[in-house]
Amino acid sequence: MERQQENKGETILEVRRLSMDFGGIRALEGIDLVVQTDQIMALIGPNGAGKTTFFNCITGFYEPTAGDIFIAPPGGKRKRINGLKVDRITSLGLARTFQNTRIFPNMTVLENVMIGRHCRSKAGVLGAVLRGRETLREEAEIVERSYEILAKMGLASRVNELAKNLPYGEARRLEIARAMATEPFLLMLDEPAAGMNPQETKELDDLILRLRSEEGISILLIEHDMRLVMSVSDHICVMDYGEKIAEGTPQEIRRSERVIKAYLGEDSDA
Amino acid sequence: MTFRQEMKKALLTSAWFVFLTFPILVIRVNTIENVIEWRWLNMMWIAAGSFILSLLWSFYFGRKTGDPGKKTEAFAPADKAGSLFRNPRFRMPALVLTALFATAFPFLFSVYQTSIMTTALMYVVLGLGLNIIVGLAGLLNLGYVAFYAVGAYSYALLHYHFGLGFWVVLPLGGLLATLFAILLGFPVLRLRGDYLAIVTLGFGEIVRLILENWNEFSFGPSGISNIPRPGLLGLDLNLDTATIYLYYLMIGLCLITIFVFGRIRDSRIGRALIALREDEIACQAMGIDKARTKLLAFALGSTWAGLMGVIFAAKTTFVNPASFTFLESAMILSIVVLGGMGSILGVVLGAFLLILLPEYLRAFSDYRMLLFGTTMVIMMIFRPQGIITGIRRTYQFRGGSIDGATAGK
Repeated sequence: MERQQENKGETILEVRRLSMDFGGIRALEGIDLVVQTDQIMALIGPNGAGKTTFFNCITGFYEPTAGDIFIAPPGGKRKRINGLKVDRITSLGLARTFQNTRIFPNMTVLENVMIGRHCRSKAGVLGAVLRGRETLREEAEIVERSYEILAKMGLASRVNELAKNLPYGEARRLEIARAMATEPFLLMLDEPAAGMNPQETKELDDLILRLRSEEGISILLIEHDMRLVMSVSDHICVMDYGEKIAEGTPQEIRRSERVIKAYLGEDSDA
Repeated sequence: MTFRQEMKKALLTSAWFVFLTFPILVIRVNTIENVIEWRWLNMMWIAAGSFILSLLWSFYFGRKTGDPGKKTEAFAPADKAGSLFRNPRFRMPALVLTALFATAFPFLFSVYQTSIMTTALMYVVLGLGLNIIVGLAGLLNLGYVAFYAVGAYSYALLHYHFGLGFWVVLPLGGLLATLFAILLGFPVLRLRGDYLAIVTLGFGEIVRLILENWNEFSFGPSGISNIPRPGLLGLDLNLDTATIYLYYLMIGLCLITIFVFGRIRDSRIGRALIALREDEIACQAMGIDKARTKLLAFALGSTWAGLMGVIFAAKTTFVNPASFTFLESAMILSIVVLGGMGSILGVVLGAFLLILLPEYLRAFSDYRMLLFGTTMVIMMIFRPQGIITGIRRTYQFRGGSIDGATAGK
């Protein structure tokens, strides 16, 4: 695979010895992970391995029991984000989607994406009521940017539709569009291909690669669809029972005895 | 369902009703003559009545649940009503006529009618205020009346102790209510749904009980009287002119509320509130500060209650805790739910229906609550989204330029 770049990128996300306990249960045990600029990193592992918990820790939904999470926006300053509030982390440039799509059902497709622009705009109550020139300009910019993003995602014809009326595949794309609207430098996708048919998965595949090449963002994704994982990611991290059991390029992972045993099964040596 | 089946079901229903009502409606023990009266006629009525109602019910309800294609058709007429208001050709004349009627109202009708209309307008403002909290942000608030009380008592007490006038207290009352809303907001930030409803309900009751029992502060159940009506440039108004004056004042305030509500709804803040209602978790992940947004919703909504409280005190010239019971909160909430959450026109219609109808149907006042309950149940079954649905702003894109078209303000 030529995609395996020797690109010595900057580190944008660094997770060190991250542990998470729920009561007496240890869900994550000393996970280390580094994501660099321009990288597509996949996080795989059997159900219950702690992948989503890991996501929730990074995005601020859970406060990790131990360990450190650092982010460093490209060209920006390194910052420890443990225990910051979710919205704060989003505005720092980490955006995520959810395993079960969480779009806003009774808002239009465009409005869904406009919500993503919230943390990049600042009109307050007074601005809303007086609707001065600055507010109008900002509002127009929000609409325009949101539309651009939707157009890129191939949802331009759906702008005025209520989000709940979208078919499943488009709803998932809308969720990615909404996350993109927050202008992240790292996009975290939680099982983006879940429930998609092969055709939709193929489109998603292209979309993820395009996001990296056109928007210049890195992607960290959790996925069960091995074909998708193998074809898009340049780095794979495998988890099992809350621990990282392997990390490497797709080829290395494919060959790893331990991964095959724990996860892929004996005869999936494709 | 076939006709036979429906008949059978209706028969069963009526038999069941007869059985249930038999002990109270048919048997009567005459304790004086020690005999039992059998009122068979009552039973006949129950049987026939429930049979017919059951048939009607299955006729309408069957149509609704029948098949999805038909369902939308059944809803079509009502939605047409909504889209009629959105049609600019209908909208302009309707608005002009309403404006003319509203302006001429005090000269066409008696002072009594004007006073009732003022009350209805007050409920429009209250409904819109609560609509920000319940309709937009989706925070079920059952203690809204507390902020209404804060406004009313701030006028009463500030006038009593410091002799402050209406126009000074009006903004102060709004401000105080906002402050109280934020005070209440802090502890309930983590709550939502039923839990929030219960806490706000408790808060409403606490405010009322404080007003009732803290005699040194609020003069207890006897309340505060002799609150002056609003003055007009130092003129002395008699009761009639004061009522008319207040009516126009309310028209003005109503317009301001509608304007502000519309602007907030179609703004960045409004979108954040709606997103909070739709999905709290996704909303945070999109970079919206949940705590701030919730507080904002409480503050923005309660300000109107505070303002209306001041108006209420000025209108009745007397306040006591009995005006701020839970029933009042329930009334305002009903206006919002009946009218349509998030909708302006809906709340206006809801307020007029719920305030004016009981006034004009005094003859049926014994059955008021009964009718009220029935209407609510029927609404929830056939049109749970309210009379008018909140309308979404839509945009047209043509080669990069944007046309924002807002409908149904």
